[in-house]
Amino acid sequence: MQKPKAHIDYNNPVIKIRGVKKAFEDYAVLRGIDLDLFQGENLVVLGRSGTGKSVLIKLVSGLLKPDAGTINVLGKEVTEISDKELQELRIRIGFSFQNSALYDSMTVRKNLEFPLVRNRKGITRKEIDKAVHEVLESVGLLQAINQMPSELSGGQRKRIGIARTLILNPEIMLYDEPTAGLDPITCTDINELINQVQQQYHTSSIIITHDLTCAKETGDRVAMLLDGQFRRVGTFDEVFDTNDERVKPFYDYNFIQ
Amino acid sequence: MITKHPARLFVVSVKKRYLLLSQLMEQANSTSPAVTKKRSKLSRKLSDFFKSVYNIHLFILRFFREAFVAPFEFKEIVRQCYEVGVRSFTLITVTGFIVGFIFTKQSRPSLLEFGAQSWIPKLVSIAIMRALAPLVTALIASGKVGSSIGAELSSMRVTEQIDAMEVSGTKPFKFLVCTRVLATTITIPILATYTGFIALFGGYLNVAQNEGTSWSAFMQEVFKPLEFLDFTASLIKSIVFGFTIGIVGCYQGYYSNKGTEGVGKAANGAVVTAMFLVFIEEVIIVQITGNFR
Ligand SMILES: Nc1ncnc2c1ncn2[C@@H]1O[C@H](COP(=O)(O)OP(=O)(O)OP(=O)(O)O)[C@@H](O)[C@H]1O
Ligand SMILES: [Mg+2]
Repeated sequence: MQKPKAHIDYNNPVIKIRGVKKAFEDYAVLRGIDLDLFQGENLVVLGRSGTGKSVLIKLVSGLLKPDAGTINVLGKEVTEISDKELQELRIRIGFSFQNSALYDSMTVRKNLEFPLVRNRKGITRKEIDKAVHEVLESVGLLQAINQMPSELSGGQRKRIGIARTLILNPEIMLYDEPTAGLDPITCTDINELINQVQQQYHTSSIIITHDLTCAKETGDRVAMLLDGQFRRVGTFDEVFDTNDERVKPFYDYNFIQ
Repeated sequence: MITKHPARLFVVSVKKRYLLLSQLMEQANSTSPAVTKKRSKLSRKLSDFFKSVYNIHLFILRFFREAFVAPFEFKEIVRQCYEVGVRSFTLITVTGFIVGFIFTKQSRPSLLEFGAQSWIPKLVSIAIMRALAPLVTALIASGKVGSSIGAELSSMRVTEQIDAMEVSGTKPFKFLVCTRVLATTITIPILATYTGFIALFGGYLNVAQNEGTSWSAFMQEVFKPLEFLDFTASLIKSIVFGFTIGIVGCYQGYYSNKGTEGVGKAANGAVVTAMFLVFIEEVIIVQITGNFR
């Protein structure tokens, strides 16, 4: 699959991260992160397990507080704004969790309605149904609409999780391992969905993944998290054009087997 | 010079001390575990205890700050009330009935000694309405409702559902905690009243068996010794119990540790702490209302 050309505005960063540090107890996870995400761009974040990729996007959405540094999202300082402003900002950011985090006391339909009903005052029943159907269709799971999350497979839950974040048409999408544990065909579908979202809504996305096919097919740029910092940032080919022992194995494992 | 009223000075000084204490607790909360590791086991346990008392107090303050501000989650509150009621209904019916029946049966011999079996309805009604009904209801609800609130919220915490609510622009504290606490606070007094009548019915069956009293005669006897204060005290008691069960369950669940082990701990902690607090509150409230008699 050839990635369609994206319209990226390199003068307009929607996320600006400067000097961010985060430690848990005595273990420094992020040790001075600098990163820009530009308007309309898909940025892939790679890194070994436990290097703090999930922590990074939790910092961006204000779920965790950094020990040092600044995080500017859509022109707002995440660490400094009031609760109310943060709540308003979060509606513009879609967060798809690594483990899907579906509300397991609600059906798929209620899961998808939840963010809509609570954030779009005065929305009609008809509009809700339309949005739910549309977004379910785009992840190919219309038949699951009345099921409970516990009745779905891991991959299906993941797709519903993505659908739930897409339903508010966010300006920024944060995907935490969108293709982990999915079969190759569904992976391709998800990659296409990510690109389609970028094309249709000019969404800017951070995509965390271990899957280099996904990285290659969806990413405009790739950033590699090594020892708590982004040491290698650039296009896919730039990042992997190296003999670094910490980078090469990612490529070898995915493509030479 | 403006002289300040002594009562006002007292309030000001209490407030100052409260702020100072809060500052100290915040510091203790944020000390790194490496520092606390060096202390002895006892001092660590003690400081953990005071920290959790402080944190529960913050939790309660947050409840009052958020629960009574629009938008109200009426639909969710009603749903939670229904859950609380349904969860404990059967058990409360059975237990209430048995408590009333057995209590009446066991107190008969001692009253018979004085030939005072005609007092049985009065005795039963005082015991049940003043003490047994709210207490039995609260204990059952701690077990059934408290544990399930603790387990539910902590599994939502562990699977990041609470985080997911937070990032989708919903206040999870309001949606999950406030609704549940309000639900237990509203429903448990209702359940306690119900338990009272079921227990009286159990008592009546025993009385009818032995003395052949009619239901209406029994009920007349039952309401004779009860004063308005008895009803208010019981009502206040069960409101306090309901609030306690809700707050404790939510606190345990909402701040539970990561991992599936945390779910069990939260459920267990909710039951044990709630039951313990219910007994303490019972003692305190009985002491206070005793002063009004
Ligand atoms: N809430 C937390 N409390 C304590 N430690 C945490 C917390 N969240 C993350 N960590 C620690 O931070 C480190 C990074 O975690 P993170 O989940 O970001 O890894 P990751 O890069 O997403 O890994 P994976 O690819 O396996 O998902 C881990 O060592 C983890 O133990
Ligand atoms: Mg992760």
